[in-house]
Amino acid sequence: MFERIRNDKKCGGQKASTILLAGNPNVGKSTIFNHLTGMHQHTGNWTGKTVSSAKGTHRKNGREIEILDIPGTYSLFAHSPEEEVARDEICFGEHRGVVVVCDATCLERNLNLVLQILEVTPSVILCVNLLDEAKRKHITPDLLGLSRRLGIPVVGCVAHKKRTLRPLVQCIENVLKDPPAQCTKVNYGDDIERAVALLETALSSVSLKGLSPRWVSLRCLSGDDALLKNIEDYLGEEIFSSPHIEQAINEARATLGKIEVSECIVTTLVKTAERIALDVVKNKADRHFDHTLDKLLTGKKTAFPFMLCLLGFILWLTVVGANHISDALSFYFSKGESWLFEVLQSWGTPEWLYKGLVLGVYRVTGWVVAVMLPPMAIFFPLFTLLEDIGYLPRMAYNLDRPFARCNACGKQALTMCMGLGCNAVGIMGCRIIQSPRERLLAMLTNTLTPCNGRFPLLFTLSFLFFSGGDTFLSALCLLMVLLLSLFMTFLVTKLLSLTFLQGVPSSFILELPPYRKPEVTRVLIRSFLDRTLRVLGRAVMVAAPAGLVLYLLANITVRDGSLLFHLSCFLDPFAELLGMDGTILLAFILAFPANEIVMPIILMGYLSGDALSEVPSLSALKEILLAHGWSWQTAISVMLFSLFHFPCSTSLLTFYRETKSKKWTVVAFLLPTLLGVVCCMGFHFLTKLW
Amino acid sequence: MAECEYLHQLKVGQIATVSALYLKDDIKRRLQDIGLVVGTEVECLGRSPFNDPTAYLIRGAVIALRKEDAKGVAVDMKK
Repeated sequence: MFERIRNDKKCGGQKASTILLAGNPNVGKSTIFNHLTGMHQHTGNWTGKTVSSAKGTHRKNGREIEILDIPGTYSLFAHSPEEEVARDEICFGEHRGVVVVCDATCLERNLNLVLQILEVTPSVILCVNLLDEAKRKHITPDLLGLSRRLGIPVVGCVAHKKRTLRPLVQCIENVLKDPPAQCTKVNYGDDIERAVALLETALSSVSLKGLSPRWVSLRCLSGDDALLKNIEDYLGEEIFSSPHIEQAINEARATLGKIEVSECIVTTLVKTAERIALDVVKNKADRHFDHTLDKLLTGKKTAFPFMLCLLGFILWLTVVGANHISDALSFYFSKGESWLFEVLQSWGTPEWLYKGLVLGVYRVTGWVVAVMLPPMAIFFPLFTLLEDIGYLPRMAYNLDRPFARCNACGKQALTMCMGLGCNAVGIMGCRIIQSPRERLLAMLTNTLTPCNGRFPLLFTLSFLFFSGGDTFLSALCLLMVLLLSLFMTFLVTKLLSLTFLQGVPSSFILELPPYRKPEVTRVLIRSFLDRTLRVLGRAVMVAAPAGLVLYLLANITVRDGSLLFHLSCFLDPFAELLGMDGTILLAFILAFPANEIVMPIILMGYLSGDALSEVPSLSALKEILLAHGWSWQTAISVMLFSLFHFPCSTSLLTFYRETKSKKWTVVAFLLPTLLGVVCCMGFHFLTKLW
Repeated sequence: MAECEYLHQLKVGQIATVSALYLKDDIKRRLQDIGLVVGTEVECLGRSPFNDPTAYLIRGAVIALRKEDAKGVAVDMKK
């Protein structure tokens, strides 16, 4: 099993000085990882943010330490694939030490994992994070006392303040230089300890390749067959079938009689953690603030009005801000265009080349930047702030009941929120849902949430056609679009769970993390640099060559029209049924690699051969659209189809990678497309009747 | 006097001690991982807008559980 996981991650040849970052979910491992390695893993205040391991290098004074950030886990008794990744890295990975990151406000539960890891290796550093949050809640853990109790180095830190990590780095260096050999052991009571001693003696005859004999013995006693198989795989020999070990196992188990070993082990661990926590943390956390906020955000009467207002407010800010920036950007882009024109002309570039470059590549790219950047640069940082505060899990909590009614899982709300950024990320994020059936439901419906790439189109059209320039109406309109997508998600989920994906809802455990004070500047900067610019970069990468292709399509004339013209004429009859025209449908099809370029393609189609030599501003855009027969009905049809149509190529690839099923990937392609066709046809039919 | 009841019967604000877990293996282990073992004190913090799931305070962390799952956790009510 772990063979497969290791191959997946392509980390076969780890260097000798690898340090693992382990810990419960949502304790700030990724933040620490980012600071130590200078990388930019996305972080957020909710459980399950990191679904796969990340590797980076910490460099200091010419020395390199490999840092591996593994998915958060509550225990080493793995239940899900991510937990297995975490467990296998800790137990079988070639590391020189484990830094276990703990949340100071919830030390007791975190210690449970620490105790388990200590059974695997004594080379552990305990890093107590979030000391600032703890202070706010009037908790002051006694770190020295903790270090004495556990027999390992303990350092405190506030992960988002880089300088507080210095003691941790020092500690890591010490452990690498001089690995500890001893630490405190949990005492499981005389019966189990006797059985363990018996097994340890038997195991001393074989090479365990660095595995702790005590840990292997305990796993033998609790009889987790899958894990025992993993141990044998790691050792490369079937030690548990060798006669004298098998005999020892049977003898040891016999001495225990009816004792439920695994039950007993778990309970003892929890109780030991409780005792230690009681000794080192004197006062209970002050939950007053969280409690009050929860009452507001998840209260019966207040939860949904608040959610709508919050989303509405964010959308409104986006609309207001984006318009200004968008206008400014298109002004500068058109200036740049005429400048570029002149430069290329003065160089004596052949006409077909500079026209292709300027009218094709530059204009489409400029359009994508001018229209996409502003809403993204405002909406997503704001959304990231919500994530940082800890609001998203509350949303999942509020919406769990409706999802349960659809026989699905409330965590689907979380994956939808991720989909709002990028559907491919959302589909991968569905790993946080344990039940395979519910995960598939969440993955199939994820593309019904408009992503970064589609959001600007929805934004532009709703502003142009339904607001009359009023920002408030425009925000309201966008809110309706999001609600429609939410409604459709529920509808499709319900339909699927009634037909192809039948089953009862599985169990549901969701942690509502403490609210945290967001670091506004860091979040804004990071979200802009990591998310916005990256997505934009991708869009430009696709848009620039696509611009050239489009220009060629629009300007190569066969008989009496351009290729683009012929293609859209071919699609016209079908597109008309959907309330659109051939050019629009062609745009959707050509934008399969990246949804961002739907609008530029439409414009290209309309303006082919036209002399308009600038990136249009929003008002000019409306003129163009109206001149080509658009009405508010067309706008709605386009918005509907943009919401519900085939996922982009990246999403589909991700879907295939996650499911490894061609059948379901085809379904993932057809399902939203059919939905879009039905919606558009229905709407078109209604308007005809009217 | 303690009486035997189940977690989902806890009213908001009530505190109880877990006395037994009657759950399927999978969820039982998950609950044990987050520290919900026999003897653990649990406080009911509040219900979500549709009454289900419910938020509980378990060993310093807030955990939301559905009624279906909470039914399997037997508790002794605290007076």
